[in-house]
Amino acid sequence: MVRLVTHNLLACHAKDCNTNNFPLGFQNVQLEIREAEFNPDFVRAFLPKIEWNALVKTARELGDTSLPDEQPEMVDDDFLQNLHHVLFELHVIEGAMVCPNCKHVYPISDGIPNMLLAEHEIA
Amino acid sequence: MIPTPDVSHLTDKDYSIIYEPAEDTFLFLDALEADAGDLKELKALICLEVGSGSGCISSFVAQILGPSVRAISFSLAGIKVSLECINTSFASPLIHRLWHQVDIILFNPPYVPTEYEEARFAQQGKSIAGAWAGGYDGMQVTNEFLEIVEDLLSERGLFYLVALKQNNVPEIQKRMLHEHSLESKVVLQRRAGREHLFILRFKRQNPS
Ligand SMILES: [Zn+2]
Repeated sequence: MVRLVTHNLLACHAKDCNTNNFPLGFQNVQLEIREAEFNPDFVRAFLPKIEWNALVKTARELGDTSLPDEQPEMVDDDFLQNLHHVLFELHVIEGAMVCPNCKHVYPISDGIPNMLLAEHEIA
Repeated sequence: MIPTPDVSHLTDKDYSIIYEPAEDTFLFLDALEADAGDLKELKALICLEVGSGSGCISSFVAQILGPSVRAISFSLAGIKVSLECINTSFASPLIHRLWHQVDIILFNPPYVPTEYEEARFAQQGKSIAGAWAGGYDGMQVTNEFLEIVEDLLSERGLFYLVALKQNNVPEIQKRMLHEHSLESKVVLQRRAGREHLFILRFKRQNPS
């Protein structure tokens, strides 16, 4: 399952692709929403690990506009609930992720992203 | 006693690509259980299980950490398990974002010695051979990962590695200390048939 938490941690790793290689863009996405248990403490602790702009941009591309442009200074339960939903409940089941820099396409099949590169593409 | 994770959702088809839990897996689980206190103290947010297949080890760690802790676990084998699964050779698409961020790293490498070319071939394909072919001295794949593990490990993170006696455990420990400033200890060792298995644990020498 490619949840946005995973997507937020993946960058293109093709040979010589070192800048502007994050976030990968979604393409031809088949989206599924699956409820996950809400653990506010965990979401709060995980917040510093997130690349915020990338997450907001990607969530909006997938049709979820619940997150603000900037991380709020006061983190309340409503915010954590929205963040939880975006990070852990949106699943991309089929489609692809495309590098904004080198345009390498990483297919997603049955919820598993294929990040393998061909021999000549490995750094 | 923590029950061994349920892997009954995996089918024979899955086991033709990954390998079934065996002695090395059980020793790994025993070692993690022995280390439960230290693992809990980490308050882990991100775990990484590399190339191991069934996700059995990560599931077990999740049980050790308890229901109130919910670390994100990545399985880098491309097999559908109850974790975030990524089909990749090692962690290279994650390094960019997970630099010094991973709290628990679990690696049960393919350590059976084979010819180098065969190992390369097997690693590129997705087959049971990939899980077993360990390269010339059984260390080819392990060495590639040992080169980058420090990049991933968080300040107080713990890295667990399964090794065979013939992999030269003291040499691995010395090399990791000198080249990557990771100190280590043998958590458990056991003779299983012809194999003498070790579970090593690495951590930063001087965490800030
Ligand atoms: Zn790229």
